[in-house]
Amino acid sequence: MENKKINNFESSRHPLIELANVTRIYGTGDARVSALKGIDLCIENGEFVAIMGASGSGKSTCMNVLGCMDTPTSGSYLFEGIDVGLLSGNQRALLRRYYFGFVFQGFNLLNRTSALENVELPLIYRRIPAGERKARALEALSAVGLDNRWKHTPAELSGGQQQRVALARAMVSKPEVLFADEPTGNLDSVRSLEVMDLLTEFNKINKITIIMVTHDPEMAKYATRQIIFRDGMIQGSK
Amino acid sequence: MLWETFLLALREIRRNVMRSSLTALGIIIGVASVIIMVTLGAGATAKVTADIGELGKNLIHIRPGQWHGPGGAHIRGNPLELSDAAAIEHQIPDLIAVAPASNKAIHAIYGNQNWSTSVTGSTNAFLIVRNWEIGMGRKFSESEIKGGKSVCILGSTVKKQLFGGENPIGAMIRLGRISFKVIGVFRPKGQSSFGTDQDDFVFIPLKTLQRRITGKTTVSSIFVSAMDGVSTKKVKKEIELLMRERRHIKQGKEDDFRVMDMQEIVNMMTRTTGVLTALLSAVAAVSLVVGGIGIMNIMLVSVTERTREIGTRLAIGAMERDVLMQFLVEAVVLSSLGGICGILLGLAGASAGARALSVPFVFKPGIVAIAFAFSVAVGIIFGYFPARKAARLDPIEALRHE
Repeated sequence: MENKKINNFESSRHPLIELANVTRIYGTGDARVSALKGIDLCIENGEFVAIMGASGSGKSTCMNVLGCMDTPTSGSYLFEGIDVGLLSGNQRALLRRYYFGFVFQGFNLLNRTSALENVELPLIYRRIPAGERKARALEALSAVGLDNRWKHTPAELSGGQQQRVALARAMVSKPEVLFADEPTGNLDSVRSLEVMDLLTEFNKINKITIIMVTHDPEMAKYATRQIIFRDGMIQGSK
Repeated sequence: MLWETFLLALREIRRNVMRSSLTALGIIIGVASVIIMVTLGAGATAKVTADIGELGKNLIHIRPGQWHGPGGAHIRGNPLELSDAAAIEHQIPDLIAVAPASNKAIHAIYGNQNWSTSVTGSTNAFLIVRNWEIGMGRKFSESEIKGGKSVCILGSTVKKQLFGGENPIGAMIRLGRISFKVIGVFRPKGQSSFGTDQDDFVFIPLKTLQRRITGKTTVSSIFVSAMDGVSTKKVKKEIELLMRERRHIKQGKEDDFRVMDMQEIVNMMTRTTGVLTALLSAVAAVSLVVGGIGIMNIMLVSVTERTREIGTRLAIGAMERDVLMQFLVEAVVLSSLGGICGILLGLAGASAGARALSVPFVFKPGIVAIAFAFSVAVGIIFGYFPARKAARLDPIEALRHE
C-alpha cells in the first residue's frame, strides 16, 4: 500500500477534484442563461464541503457538473487528474458507478422495492455476485441503523428512515465521493441531525469525501469547508 | 446481470397484473389464432389425405372423355370396354389389381323399406383397389362373377336403411325390378372429405349389372392399383400411352379419356386448404402487430411513470445500455409471456375445434416455435423505441421529473 502510493507519486500530486474556469450555459440566443460563470475550485480527498447559496445561484448546476451528470460548456474539470470533459457518456456513467455515491433531497428510492434491494442497486451495476451483494447491503443498512427494516418498502418507512436507506445505498459501494443534494431538505430538524451525523461519520470513519449542497447554515456547519455561490460565481468560502 | 434484469422485468409485470395482462391480450389472441388456424388447416389436410387413402392405395382412375373444368372444353370419348381393362392388366407392369366398374342410380327395396341409392358392378379386384373390407358375410365367388349371378354386398348405409338392426345375410332384396340375394355387408368408411356418404351403395358382379340392369357391355371407369413404391406417375403415363394406342389417337391430338392418379387429387385438395390456412393466418398475424403496438404504448406509459427511477439508476451508475436492456427485456418478457399463453390457448382451441369439425388434431411443433419466436420478435421490435427513449433520458431532468 505504502509502496503503491510512492510509485503513484505522479498521480497523488493531483487534487481529487479540480475545476478551472468552468462555465455552464443553458439555451441559445435570447434564452441564454449562464448558470456558472467561470468557477475555479479545488477539493482534496477527505474533505467535507458544503456548497451554499440562494436558489438559482448555480450551486445545483455545479454539483451536477461535479457529479458528472452534466458537462461544462467551457473550462476544465479534472477528477484525480483525469479530464472529465474528454470522457464519453458511458465513461462518465462508469465514473459514477465506481467512484461516486448520490443522495437526493427527494430520497429517490425505488417504490415497492425493499430497503435491502434499494441498497443493493449500485452493487448490481457493479456486477457483484448476489451473496456478497446482500451481505454488503445488510452491512450498509446496519451502519445507518436500519438492519431490522431491510424488508420494508419505502412506503412503509418514515422520511428520515428513507433518507437513511438512501445514505446506505450511496455508501454501500464505498465511493470516493458522496454527493448530497439538499439531503435534509425534506426532513424535520431531529431527522436532519441524524442524517448529518451519519454523513460526518462516513467522512471521518469511512474517509469518504462529501460534497453537500444545502441552503441551511445549520447543516453547513457540519462541513469542514463552506463554499458560497452567488449568481453563478463563488462568492467566498470559509 | 441478464438474469437480474429478467427478474426485475417479471417483478415490474407482476406489479401491474391487470395492465400487463390486458397489454399481452393482443399477443395472446394473435398467437392463439395463428396456432388454431394452422393446426386446423393441417388437420383438414391430414383428413383429406387420409380420406383419399381410404379411396384406395396408389389408386389410378381411368374414365372416358376429357374435362377441363367447369365451362371448359368437354370431349366426349368412346366408352371403355372390358378389353381395355384386360389390356391394362396384361401389358402394364407393377399393378396389384385392375377393376373395371360401372354404376347406376337405383331403388333398393326390402319388404316395405325403400331406399334410393346407387349400384356398382365390378369384380372382387374392386375391393382391393378401392380399399373395401367385408364387415359381415363374404365376397363374391368366382362362379358368381363369371356367371353374373344375382348376389349383392351392401354398403353399411343401405344395410341400415333397409334392415335396421336385422341380419341381412341371406335375405332377398330388389334392385329396380330384379331380386338379389344379400351375401355380405361392407365395413363402413364414413363420409368422404367431399361430403358424400361413401357407404351408400350396393355392390354386385359387373356381369350382372351389364346384363340385367344397364344392358350395355361397356364400363364407365377402370380403377387400377399400383404396387407400393412404384411411381403412380409412371404407371399413369404408361396407361395413357397404351390407351392412346388402343383408341388410335394420332400424334398431337388430345386424349379422349382421362387418367387421374390420387396424388393429383391430394395435391389439389391440400393446395386449397393450404391457401386458406395461409390467408387466415395472415389475418391472425395482423392482430400480433396490433398486440405489439399495445405493448409499445404501455411501455411508453411505463417509461414516463418511471422517469425518476430511470434518473436514479443513471445517477447510480447505469449506462444507457443498462436502461435500454431493462426496458427491452421487460417488453420481451411481456410479449413472450403473452406468446406462451397464446400457444396454450391456441392448442386448447385447436383441439376443441378439431373435435368440433371432426378433423384430426395435428400438433405441429414448428408453428409453436414460430409463434413463440414471433412474439419475442414483436417484443423486441415494439419494445425498442420505448426502451431507447428511456435510455436517452437526461439524468438531471429525469431526477427532477414529478
